[in-house]
Amino acid sequence: MPTVTSVAASVAASSAVSNEVPASLELAPYVILLPLVGAAVLLLAGRRSDRWGHWLGLATAIGSFVVGLVLLVGLLGLDAGERVYDMALYDWLPGGTLDVGVGLRIDPLSVTFVLLVTFVGSLIHLYSVAYMEHDDDRRRFFAYLNLFVAAMLVLVLANSYLLLFVGWEGVGLASYLLIGFWYRERKNAVAAKKAFVMNRVGDIGLIVAMMLMLATFGSLDFAVVHEQAPAASLGIVTAIGLMLLLAACGKSAQFPLQAWLGDAMAGPTPVSALIHAATMVTAGVYLVVRSAPIFDVSPDARLVVAIIGAVTLVFGAIIGCAKDDIKKALAASTMSQIGYMILAAGLGPIGYAFAIFHLVTHGFFKAGLFLGAGSVMHGMGDQVDMRRFGGLSRYMKVTFVTFGLGWLAILGIPPFSGFWSKDKIIEAAFVPVEGSEWQAWVFGFTALIGAGITAFYMSRLFFMTFGGKRRWNDGSGDVDGTGPQQGPVQHPHESPLLMTLPMVVLAFGSVFLGGLLAWGDSFVTWLEPVTGHAEHAEPVLPVWSLITLTLLLVVGGVILAWRQYAVADVPVTAPPASALTRAARVDLYQDAVNETVFMRPGQYLTRTLVYSDKEVVDGTWMGGAALLGTVGRVWRKAQNGFVRSYAATILGGLIVIVAVVLALAS
Amino acid sequence: MTTDFIEPTIDWAHLAPIIAVLGAGVLGVLVEAFVPARSRRVVQLVVTALGIAAALTAVVVLWPGVQESGGVRIVGGTVLVDPFALAVQAILLVLGIFSLLLFADRSSGDDAFAPAAAAVPGSAYEDLARAQGVRQTEAFPLLLFSLGGMMIFASTSNLLMMFVALEVLSLPLYVLSALARRRRLLSQEAGFKYFLLGAFASAIFLFGVALMYGATASVDLAEIRMSIARGDETAVGGLLMVGLIMVIVGILFKVGAAPFHVWVPDVYQGAPTPVSAFMAACTKAAAFGALVRIVVVVAPTLGIQSAALAQGFEVALWIVAILSMLVGTLVAIPQTDMKRMLGYSAIAHTGFILVGVVGLFLSADIRGFSGLGVRSTLFYLLAYGVATLGAFAAITLVRETTAAPVLTTTAGAGAEGGTAELGGEERKEDVRESTPILGEATHMAQWAGLGRRSPWLAAAYSLFLLSLAGIPLTGGFIAKYTSFQAGIASGATWLAVIGVLTSVVAVFFYVRIIVLFYFTTPDEESTDHAPVKVLGMGGPAGVTVVVCAAAVIFLGVFPSPVLDLVAQAAKFVP
Repeated sequence: MPTVTSVAASVAASSAVSNEVPASLELAPYVILLPLVGAAVLLLAGRRSDRWGHWLGLATAIGSFVVGLVLLVGLLGLDAGERVYDMALYDWLPGGTLDVGVGLRIDPLSVTFVLLVTFVGSLIHLYSVAYMEHDDDRRRFFAYLNLFVAAMLVLVLANSYLLLFVGWEGVGLASYLLIGFWYRERKNAVAAKKAFVMNRVGDIGLIVAMMLMLATFGSLDFAVVHEQAPAASLGIVTAIGLMLLLAACGKSAQFPLQAWLGDAMAGPTPVSALIHAATMVTAGVYLVVRSAPIFDVSPDARLVVAIIGAVTLVFGAIIGCAKDDIKKALAASTMSQIGYMILAAGLGPIGYAFAIFHLVTHGFFKAGLFLGAGSVMHGMGDQVDMRRFGGLSRYMKVTFVTFGLGWLAILGIPPFSGFWSKDKIIEAAFVPVEGSEWQAWVFGFTALIGAGITAFYMSRLFFMTFGGKRRWNDGSGDVDGTGPQQGPVQHPHESPLLMTLPMVVLAFGSVFLGGLLAWGDSFVTWLEPVTGHAEHAEPVLPVWSLITLTLLLVVGGVILAWRQYAVADVPVTAPPASALTRAARVDLYQDAVNETVFMRPGQYLTRTLVYSDKEVVDGTWMGGAALLGTVGRVWRKAQNGFVRSYAATILGGLIVIVAVVLALAS
Repeated sequence: MTTDFIEPTIDWAHLAPIIAVLGAGVLGVLVEAFVPARSRRVVQLVVTALGIAAALTAVVVLWPGVQESGGVRIVGGTVLVDPFALAVQAILLVLGIFSLLLFADRSSGDDAFAPAAAAVPGSAYEDLARAQGVRQTEAFPLLLFSLGGMMIFASTSNLLMMFVALEVLSLPLYVLSALARRRRLLSQEAGFKYFLLGAFASAIFLFGVALMYGATASVDLAEIRMSIARGDETAVGGLLMVGLIMVIVGILFKVGAAPFHVWVPDVYQGAPTPVSAFMAACTKAAAFGALVRIVVVVAPTLGIQSAALAQGFEVALWIVAILSMLVGTLVAIPQTDMKRMLGYSAIAHTGFILVGVVGLFLSADIRGFSGLGVRSTLFYLLAYGVATLGAFAAITLVRETTAAPVLTTTAGAGAEGGTAELGGEERKEDVRESTPILGEATHMAQWAGLGRRSPWLAAAYSLFLLSLAGIPLTGGFIAKYTSFQAGIASGATWLAVIGVLTSVVAVFFYVRIIVLFYFTTPDEESTDHAPVKVLGMGGPAGVTVVVCAAAVIFLGVFPSPVLDLVAQAAKFVP
């Protein structure tokens, strides 16, 4: 078996950073500035901008996308070897021992993200204009959306870990605000807080990683850190890698920090589509791929990344099989798909490009699926329980067709988008990393089986919603089939054009984008300046057999779901089930584990801290005063309101200082 | 010395900033005398604003030339116009504009000053004056005189001139402190305390000057330095050292450094809030300007002649810095009064700035001084100034509507003894007040739930607190960072460590207030405190809050232009 790629080669390929930004790329700051100004205007103008606020939000997002296109054209106009630029904007902390600058990294990777974020972002802005029409706070919603887009762009365009961290926290804030957008309902506020707190755990990882970098390299710039990483001690680099992985786990809802994503669905559906499916949750993948030179140095860190990815991909898939809430099922699927990306990123140079490839196609079809779910909810009076859907294909044709195309894409049926990206990841997982075959078999089969489970739960979701018999109350009083006439009367209807249009556009992406980008390996080649060139390597099984196996499993999963959820009747209440299903329904006990292992001890710890705060902080003051002896007692007595003792204090201070100085001088 | 009078040649152009401010002050006195009462306030406002604006323009115009020449000595060598002096003057004038806005604020329907300051509090004469709408517009010329004194204070190396400037800046402040419209007894007490202690500190300063004269036969720092450099026997002895320390103590009193801080909490709490803001921001800037100049001129030469003396000098500053950080931070924790808390915060910040001043001492090269120290001190003064001015401005907007059954604000001062006995009369005065909007609601409990009631003001105040705490992306962070950086660069690592640790403790009492804003529901049933009304942000005080908030963010996000500017100010006339 040939080894995959030499580490040195990929590091060399990714470190050719130029500081002289060509004129064609100078517009880059405006990508961030536009939505940022939009958010500022909407937040500061307040109610005054209620009437036109959403259009301003949409306009800045589209404007940002246009600038992104200009950047793309600018980069394409350059030689492949000259597509990585650091654009210094200004010095934040100039001079001294630590010179911290603010700058943008413009390269194929960041521009790919810019286009994904602004394009999907613009579509979701458009969708939200209609989706949030009857909400009094639509303007605030658009302000937060713009804030999110701006922060996400800071995250992906930063040229240092510090600025990346600013964007990282910014998207965390926007996510918090948007999950809890309907904060008057306690459940939503709690979900927002949960997401925020779990993200903090990950952020600690990023902060520790930055501290290690500062101590080791004396800088947080990508250019410096990545160039010096191979020269640093392996232990430190592995530690940095693991801390970065912790950060990625928090942001991307990877095991063991995955528990917040399901609850995050409390936010409005466009938010789930943009932030919790297409963009923000993939920031962890971006972080790992961006830090490729660090992971290239440390195979151990890379292995842990791959393991986390593999665990999450199965974890999410199992949860997805048991969820009846359409959005939570999609969230579980997102978790699982990001598991694929993290797994790919953990495979090293052969996987980086495929991780990003899958990230992009996933961004399209998952956003499309979420918007479809939103459209279904819109037509069904905000019902999310799939057991109360059924047979909706007749009532919402556009939603049905676009959702169906997204479904085929995520299954990985050729020639839809998901096939091109996911199949590459499965293939790469079967490639032995540095000659270690057991990894290839373990990761390969995990990815393979994951594809089968994905096919099952996505088909379940699809058939429960659009196929089978009606299980909602149409108000006719006519009892047909097993759907009892209970619950609110529903009048399912297709959504307005503003909502279906983005769904149609995204459906096009679900169909064609994957094939287009895979054409002649154009996307992988495009990313090469960042991810390095990977030698072609042979998987442990022949490629044709892998594709056949995958497709067999996928078709098997679909047939199973079809028999169970389209042909057979679906009960409107969840039937008793096996231990595994019961566990999956409660997210594999993730909350119970978190509560027992972290929350309760944490609460005891805080209580202890509050207690010791009283004892220790106050005690310090008292103890400190006692230590300082007479001087301390004079202070406390001194502040008694009497001028004479104030003057005595001043005189006493003067005498003490003079005495000390004279004693030192003589 | 000659007995003949030699007419000094005065370079009027370089003196323009100081002339503009003091001239406007003199004009203000004439306005008091000759302009009818009706239009006096408006005229005073215009004169004061024009004076400050003209001075600021003059500073900007002078800057390039002085930057090139390195500075000149004028008025017989008593006034220095060098880049450092101009930078301090610019900071003073910018902060002075905000102070003026607070002085002029009438968001509550009236300004912060007593209608007839000479009247006995609670007397019939006072009622009459209030009923007739009499106003004490002398506050404006007093502001200008004080500002002018501050500008000279940082622009001279002549110790006698420095003393005169010290008095010129202090005397108006004593009067202003006693001018509060409400809680007049507390205010008069504050003014009187400040006056007595200020006179005491001035005496120490002057005694120090005399001792230094005795040691070197000169009152000019430049000549004193020459004397030290020559190695005159008396010049490198204990006499000079004691004199120098007494002079420094006189200045440290003004900046409110522990253990010379004792006046700060009482005066900040009792003085009218605009005056507290002015003192916190501007007095500190001026006095640190003078302190930096003394350190820069004297310390390096002292170091050459006698390393032990220079070291002693540095140790003195170490002691004061550590004490200030500790006292300011630890005593701020149990405070319940907003203004008093900001007073202790001011003491702690004095300590943090002193870390930067200690950073002036170069450990490696004793011959020079560290530009980092100058840069950090000036930046800190500006960043702290805008944050603290903004915070005080916000305090002026949160008012009580009816008199409290128990005057807790007085109890706040009395928590540490002293002023509690005044409570009875205070209450009588406040009850008699006819306007529905009364004094400031300075008790922290009255600010609970402000985030819900007045989100913009709460957000701005939180921002100021975060800046004072030194949280990144605010000016306060950059200020602390540069200050500690300067300290570490000159070898004062432990000082910086103490600074960081006390900063951590300080976060507790700043963030506690933010928690109060957003996570505490106000106790509507409670009768301990008067109900609170938050005034609109449309007035000058509101403008100050907004502009200061913008400045805090600007200094935190784009500090480099300002840092570069103040770094260029590290040039002194020898």
